[in-house]
Amino acid sequence: MKTIFDKGMDLSEVEVVRHYTALSRRNFGVDLGFYPLGSCTMKYNPKVCEDTARLDGFTGIHPLQPAKTVQGAMQLMYKLEKMLCEITGFARFSLQPAAGAQGELTGIMIMRAHFQEKGEQREKILVPDSAHGTNPASVSLCGFQAVELKSDSEGNVDLADLREKMDEKIAGIMITNPNTLGLFDTNIEKVCEIVHSKGGLVYGDGANMNAMLGICRPRELGIDIMHLNLHKTFSTPHGGGGPGSGPVGVVEELVDFLPVPLIEKNGENYEFNSKGKKSIGKVRSFYGNFGVMVKAFTYIKALGAVGLREVAEVAVLNANYLKEKLKPHYKLAFDRVCQHEFVLSDEGLANGVTTNDVAKRLLDYGVHPPTVYFPLIVKGAIMIEPTETETRETLNNFVDIMITIKQEAEKQPELVKEAPHSMPVKRLDAVKAAREPNLRWKE
Amino acid sequence: MKFIPHSESEKKEMLKEAGVSSFEELFKDVPAKKKLKQDLNLGKPLSEMQLRQEIEELASKNKNAKQLKLFLGAGCYNHFIPATVGAIVGRSEFYTAYTPYQPEMSQGMLQAIYEWQSHICLLTGMDIANASMYDGASACAEAMLMAKTATRRKKMVVAGALNPEYLAVLKTYANANSLELKEVAIEETGKAVDEETACVIVQNPDFLGRVQKLNELGKKVHEKGALLVVAIAEALSLASIEKPAGYGADIVAMEAQSFGNPMSFGGPHPGVIACREKLVRQIPGRLVGKTTDSDGKDGFILTMQAREQHIRRAKAGSNICSNQALCALASTVYLSTVGWKGLKEIAEQNHQNAEYLAEKLEAKGFELPYGKEFFNEFVVKKENAKELQAKLLEKGIVFGHSLSENKLLVAVTEMNSMKEIDELIEAIGG
Repeated sequence: MKTIFDKGMDLSEVEVVRHYTALSRRNFGVDLGFYPLGSCTMKYNPKVCEDTARLDGFTGIHPLQPAKTVQGAMQLMYKLEKMLCEITGFARFSLQPAAGAQGELTGIMIMRAHFQEKGEQREKILVPDSAHGTNPASVSLCGFQAVELKSDSEGNVDLADLREKMDEKIAGIMITNPNTLGLFDTNIEKVCEIVHSKGGLVYGDGANMNAMLGICRPRELGIDIMHLNLHKTFSTPHGGGGPGSGPVGVVEELVDFLPVPLIEKNGENYEFNSKGKKSIGKVRSFYGNFGVMVKAFTYIKALGAVGLREVAEVAVLNANYLKEKLKPHYKLAFDRVCQHEFVLSDEGLANGVTTNDVAKRLLDYGVHPPTVYFPLIVKGAIMIEPTETETRETLNNFVDIMITIKQEAEKQPELVKEAPHSMPVKRLDAVKAAREPNLRWKE
Repeated sequence: MKFIPHSESEKKEMLKEAGVSSFEELFKDVPAKKKLKQDLNLGKPLSEMQLRQEIEELASKNKNAKQLKLFLGAGCYNHFIPATVGAIVGRSEFYTAYTPYQPEMSQGMLQAIYEWQSHICLLTGMDIANASMYDGASACAEAMLMAKTATRRKKMVVAGALNPEYLAVLKTYANANSLELKEVAIEETGKAVDEETACVIVQNPDFLGRVQKLNELGKKVHEKGALLVVAIAEALSLASIEKPAGYGADIVAMEAQSFGNPMSFGGPHPGVIACREKLVRQIPGRLVGKTTDSDGKDGFILTMQAREQHIRRAKAGSNICSNQALCALASTVYLSTVGWKGLKEIAEQNHQNAEYLAEKLEAKGFELPYGKEFFNEFVVKKENAKELQAKLLEKGIVFGHSLSENKLLVAVTEMNSMKEIDELIEAIGG
């Protein structure tokens, strides 16, 4: 499709609206159908959350207005923080990080500040081989070296490897639990104990918190610092790549290191507290992605305690249901009860059909493909997270499609290898895009 | 409210088909002692009506821009947003999508981001712009990290008045990366820059609203092999003042909130980094490129991902993953709606309104300690200005951002009508 610039930059309103409406029709969101993108928690985004976030009283306020004119917003942030503490067990949260990756960065900065204060030289952080790429990247960005930890045959952190690598030079571990294989690490308490015994800290990547809501609290498992993704667990929409929000929670002894300002309640008033002398400082301007916080707050209020627990239960139920249905047809990487997601492999598909081919063929069936080729420890990984908001009918339909694609791979492999056939474009040349970069419109 | 479709009997059937007897069994890997024995203390679920009432009540405790006369900027601006923006951003094909990892199914968002990148390049004169950053402040911090990687140097210089929010974020990132961060006056920049300096970061218009002539500064920075990073907190100024590329910017770290994004208490807003072509390998975040499909047809795709964390992991220059795509879309629709001509007119109106207020304030005995080379924001000085500010608040006027007892940073946009400005002047009184 022509760009807006090809059409001229002084267009009438109808031309602009038609252009972007046409673009929207070349895009796929959760409202259009199943989106089982592993580790991204693409659940339905309730409409009421969009409405509340758009109230004039929230969109029309300036971050530097006097505090007495923004008490409602501050109260909402204060209450949201309390809710997140209740859900996870942490002492306090900073709502400032704008996304999960920025939450990680904040968390690692807190670890750094903690050891600086103690006068300890710790240069390395352990990261399991199943971790998201943001984990090792966050570690390096704070001047630490990432040391990879192996997974054991059950998909847990390999305790022997951990015992060998963990010493007084290691600042701690970044762990995702349930991990990116969708498995609850049965060694989690042991992992925390080993790291703590050498004075290290445990960072929890909260990307997969959906499976733990109301079931258990990360703090009680032994985690010291953790970010949440409001845009995953708490259903704020992903916006085609953001905005997200990545609040960071910590245990009592790390509270002083949190970014400033924090919100305190003083009598009936809410106040910004920027005094924290040990604070790592600010990671983002003002207070974070406030609009996203309004949506998450609305969501938690809508569901309440009972509803949140049901979220975790059904998310895990849907994942296990799909896993069992697909297991006879695709190789399952780890055959255990899974949590919110599970990982298949393309091993054994006929005629050299790969994970990428399956993903592209799914497009033709109107399903957004799962996360592919991640985690790296599974060959041709197909990582499926159905979430709790999908009906049994949708899941069954997906199973049928996956079985059909497998049969197509056997009988008509070209159909799968050349897919998609029904999208606005066919497979795109990624090599050309990188070698001959065309990153902007030119006259 | 029912966001989960399953009936109780359906759940039972599905448990059975999943090969387990109960929910308990699904969570058997969770240590038994750690399982929550009771409900979280989060209250009961609310109906949609109750929920709306409760949240509307919170919203109504705030005084919003429609109820106030707002002369406040300092990095966040109250601009008009045309209806097209809400209509397009409100399309769930866009807002309920994830990052466009599957390009064939995400051509809409990919093309919109390509258009955003193009808009930013056209506005700044830079060669390349990314798909967005968290905000202007963190964009500025990431620009500093880019400079570190590109020059392999660790000394950073902040020249002149930088927005304190940006400065605070720079300090946090610099500290975590063991970078030296030095603040100097613009005039002192030449002396402060040496062969170990990675970059000089300068805001334009600066935090005090001054539009700066930076050609000479750019030359001095480049003479030492350092990079010039230009921070822009008021994107609308680009329609009125010289493009950063014109005075030697190597990296532009920008906040584009002014283009179609509401203030929303400070976020979400689209930050962005734009740079010279030579720095393309160091630019953080997503980049959308135009390419062709297997039939030779044009299409768009996330590209040059070898820079990013999911490929490079520990060796990545940034850990950014999610960005502010929807905010960038809002800005794209905004710019496409108002067009170049319209944008110039809006900028002109901002400038005129600001000049009008400045004149009136001078007549009331306020000084303009930093001169009159401003775009839509300037500092005024008067004894007890802070007290006056508090008095005006009682009348529903937010008269600037207080810098000290006697200095205020005042912003004026197209939303502050002549009438409103006159009302402010009247309220200030004799």
